[in-house]
Order: sequence, then structure tokens, then C-alpha cells
Amino acid sequence: MYEKNGERYFIVDTHMHYWNAAPDNWVPGAEQYAKGWIECFHAYQGLGPEETHWPIEKFQKYSEGDLMKDVFEDGYVDIAIFQPTYLKEWYKEGFNTTERNALMGEKHPGKFIYNTRWDPRDGDEGLEHLRRNVERFGSKGVKLYTAEWNKGSRGYKLSDPIAYRYLDACQKLGIKNIHVHKGPTIWPLDKDAFDVSDVDHAATDFPELNFIVEHVGLPRIEDFCFMAVQEPNVYAGLAVVIGGLMHARPRFFAKVMGELLFWVGEDKMLFGADYAIWEPKWQVEGFVDWQMPDTEEFADYPKVNTTSKKKMLGLNAAKLYDIKVPAEYLVPAQTGTPGAQEAAKLVTGT
Amino acid sequence: MTATDTGVVGAVEAALGTVRDPELDEPITALGFVASCAVSPDGKARIRLRLPTYFCAPNFAFLMVADAYDAVAGTPGVRSAEVVLEDHFAADPINAGVAAQAGFVRSFDGEAVAELAELRAAFLRKAVMAGTDLVCRPLLAAGTTPQDLRGMVLADMPPSAELTRLRQRRAELGLPAGDDAPVLIDPVTGERVAAEAVPLHLRRARVTRTGIEANTSICSGMLGFRYGEGS
Repeated sequence: MYEKNGERYFIVDTHMHYWNAAPDNWVPGAEQYAKGWIECFHAYQGLGPEETHWPIEKFQKYSEGDLMKDVFEDGYVDIAIFQPTYLKEWYKEGFNTTERNALMGEKHPGKFIYNTRWDPRDGDEGLEHLRRNVERFGSKGVKLYTAEWNKGSRGYKLSDPIAYRYLDACQKLGIKNIHVHKGPTIWPLDKDAFDVSDVDHAATDFPELNFIVEHVGLPRIEDFCFMAVQEPNVYAGLAVVIGGLMHARPRFFAKVMGELLFWVGEDKMLFGADYAIWEPKWQVEGFVDWQMPDTEEFADYPKVNTTSKKKMLGLNAAKLYDIKVPAEYLVPAQTGTPGAQEAAKLVTGT
Repeated sequence: MTATDTGVVGAVEAALGTVRDPELDEPITALGFVASCAVSPDGKARIRLRLPTYFCAPNFAFLMVADAYDAVAGTPGVRSAEVVLEDHFAADPINAGVAAQAGFVRSFDGEAVAELAELRAAFLRKAVMAGTDLVCRPLLAAGTTPQDLRGMVLADMPPSAELTRLRQRRAELGLPAGDDAPVLIDPVTGERVAAEAVPLHLRRARVTRTGIEANTSICSGMLGFRYGEGS
């Protein structure tokens, strides 16, 4: 919970991690990738305020105590959603698996939501594994990497029949939220992994599922925006947008937010701190204080107010994950700017 | 190094200034991607390139190293060129492939099946959209209406560096770039944008520019963190 000027904000961090990227977890022969990966993440941390930077040793492997303090005690987060990233080719026990997250989270009941993952190329075995994970961890969401190399396969599309089989299974198992990573990838090397047209198809064919595009398709934000305006069940995951731009590049932060508010709308934008890349404290405080600049350059972007921020920081995510929010944090229904109506008119030409 | 060599170094640096990051549409020299540039008295050019992260997309990295090699090797006074990408997970195959003029697919045996021409074209089209916003926004702010813009040709636009750049990008794609070419064109077909599609076209041009600029700002921040601020 965060309170400022008498306003109270319920905070849901929709995108965070508990990883071990220290040398004890590096796969022999793949050390340079394991090391390079975490150093790359560490450089992203460099885009946050200097006083929040960690030494690389702590960044490789932080403790349960660090996480609980940074996220809940100091970081104002009420509910945090784990997004797993496996990377078992480089990290012996995985980078941060559903199991590792849950093992830690189980000691702190009510604080965490455990998303899991699937890869449709794992066939029947993968489906069975998914069933077990839902049963064991109560997962209501998954994190997918569609561009991953898997046993010689060069990635998949969410619109492929094998993926539809898994999306079907998600609906039956009670998984509602499909977080799709659309951003930089490693292998296959020539693949442009930012294409979001497969999300467009899947979102149309599975209207009961929600599709959250993580990192808003950056650096191909225009393709994402154009798709999201046409699909009511497509959401923008703000991890990296706030952490990577708000402090380091405030002018571009305002422009990216302006575009998202225009095309996607404040009802479909979700805060994610991307811990441990960035701590939530400075992001929540800065975002609540932030205003769209009042100059000509930003004049035709939608404005944000306290209600918009309450939605983006927690209330939108609470709806997707059926989180019960105490009444004192809620905003009256139908307040604020309706999502992206002007943009929708542009696209449909009406 | 003799005075003549200094002249060659200057020419090589200028040649590197023509090489762009295809995704960010900026010269690699302005982005800080050239770590060092030297030419020996007998005309051997040695270039070191660097990128914001160890895992920057290898397809774009390959294009930049290959383009830098071509630009340097074609500079008068250069007898041989060595362009080496440093601190990157795919540096070895990229460097070896570029040195051997092998092309992308051959450089990554089994890990890539497509050459990069279409990727380059896709990003040039984004550069055209972003450039459209750059040249149109000042006019719109001064009162030109979107439909006025639709009626205008490139010769009607006030001269600017942004306009020159937009013409170059359009020409590279084989799109109309002459004085009589419409300002607002579809970046795939080159056709004048239909009247009813103008507001959407301008809005897409704007979001495309925002995406490229935001991405560039993240990349420069990462490069600064990796190699020291202001590097």
C-alpha cells in the first residue's frame, strides 16, 4: 500500500523474479552465456536512480530477506506476481523456475501469485506438467517465450494449432492470463521476435483469456499499439517502460506513456517493477508523482490523474487475477478516461 | 603516423559515419559503437566495434559489422580492412563471417535460415514513417491541416536535414523521393495515402518515431553504463 496526499494506492507488481544467477548455478561450458545474461540485466539496472544500484555479486544472487524488504517492506507492494524464466541451458537449476519461486513464496502466505510456463512443442508431456503445476501452485497465469529455440525448432506462434491446444487447456484449467514476452531474444539468430500478429489471432479466438504483452513490444511499440487497440483482451505490461525510462529518460517516458494511453488506454496498462532489475520503491513513488508534461509536444496525449494511476498500479491487475481489494482503495466504476476510444475510432474509420 | 595517414583515418571515420544501426536509424559513430579506429602507414585499417549489451540482437549486429567492413574497405587509401566486434556473445561467428564475406546464413551454420535483406527493409520502412512525423509535426503545429499535407509534394516542404534524410530512406527502399512525390505515402506501396486514412497514418508515424527514439535512449543508457558515462 502506498499513500500520498491522502490518496491510497493498492499495488500489484505483475512482473517480478527471484533468480539465482551466481556462478554456483552456471552450467559448465555455458559460463559465458550465464555470465553475459546477468550482466546484461545488471546494465538495465543502471537506468534506475544511482542510489538503487547493486554490486554485481548481490545482483547475481540476492536473498529472500532482500526480496521481502525491497518489495513489500520498502516497496509498497501488496501482491507480487512471479513470472518464471527457465534458461536451463545456462543455469543448472534454471534462472528462476516456478518451483524456486514457490519454495520461497510458500513461507509468506498471501503475498505471491505463482505464474508458470509452457511450451507447446513439449506435446502431451508438457500438458501434463502444466496440469501438475496448476494443481500444485494454483497458477492463474503463464509466461511464454514464443521465440525460444527448442530442440531444433525455431520458435512457434501463438496462433499455431499446437499452441491453441495449450490455450484450450489453459481455459479448462482456470488459467486466465497469458503473459507473452515480445522482446529481444537470442536464438534462433535471424528471428525477429517482436512480431505480435500471432497474439492478435489468439486474442480473437480466445476472448475469455487475457493476453498481456510484456515490455509492450519495445522496440516495436507501434505494432503492439496498433494490435492492442483492436483487441479488447490485450493488455500492456509496463515492466521496463517505467524502470527503464522514467528516471533515465523522462521525456521519452512521457511520450511512450502518451502513446500507450492513447492506443491501449489506462484500463489495460499494468505496473510491473521487474524486480530485481529495479526495486519497486522509486518506481511507485515516481509514478504517483508523475504528470504528463504540459507543453505543446505532449498536448494531444491523454492526461493521467489519481484514478488512472490507481488502476495502472494495481486495480487493473487485481481484476485480471481476482484479487480482493479492500474497498478503501477502489475507484468508482466508469471514472477516468475510457480506454483508447479515440484511437479505436481512427482504426475503424467510424 | 604521418600526415597522410591522418587523412586516411579521417576518411575512414567519415565512411563509418555512413553506417547505420538499422533498428535505431542513426550512424554507429554517433551512437558510440566505434570503440577505436586506426590505419597503419601501409594502409591497414583496424576497427573495433562495441554494442550496448552482450546479447544485442545478432542479426542487427551482423549488418552493422558487414556494412562497416564494406564502408572501410571501399575508402581510398585503405589496402586492407579488419573490422572486429568486441564483447558480444556471437562475436566470433560474426567477425569470421564478415571477414570471409560469407553472408549471415553461412556464418551461423544451422542457426539461421534467412538473409537479412527483408529485416533491413522492414526497418527502413519504420524509418520512413518516423521521418514522416519529424518533417510533418512542425507544419501541423504551425497550422497546416492533415488534409493540406496530403495534397503536398516533397518540394513544398521547407528544406531541413530531416527532409533530406527522409528522401534518402525513401530512395533506398525504391519509394518515390523526387520533388513531385507526395509527402504522405504508404511505406510499402509508395501510393499516396487515401484521404480518410490520413489521421491514422500520421498517428502511426508518430508512435513509430516514439518507439525508435525511446529505444535509442535505452541503448545509449546501457552503453554508457557498460563502458562508462559519456563514452
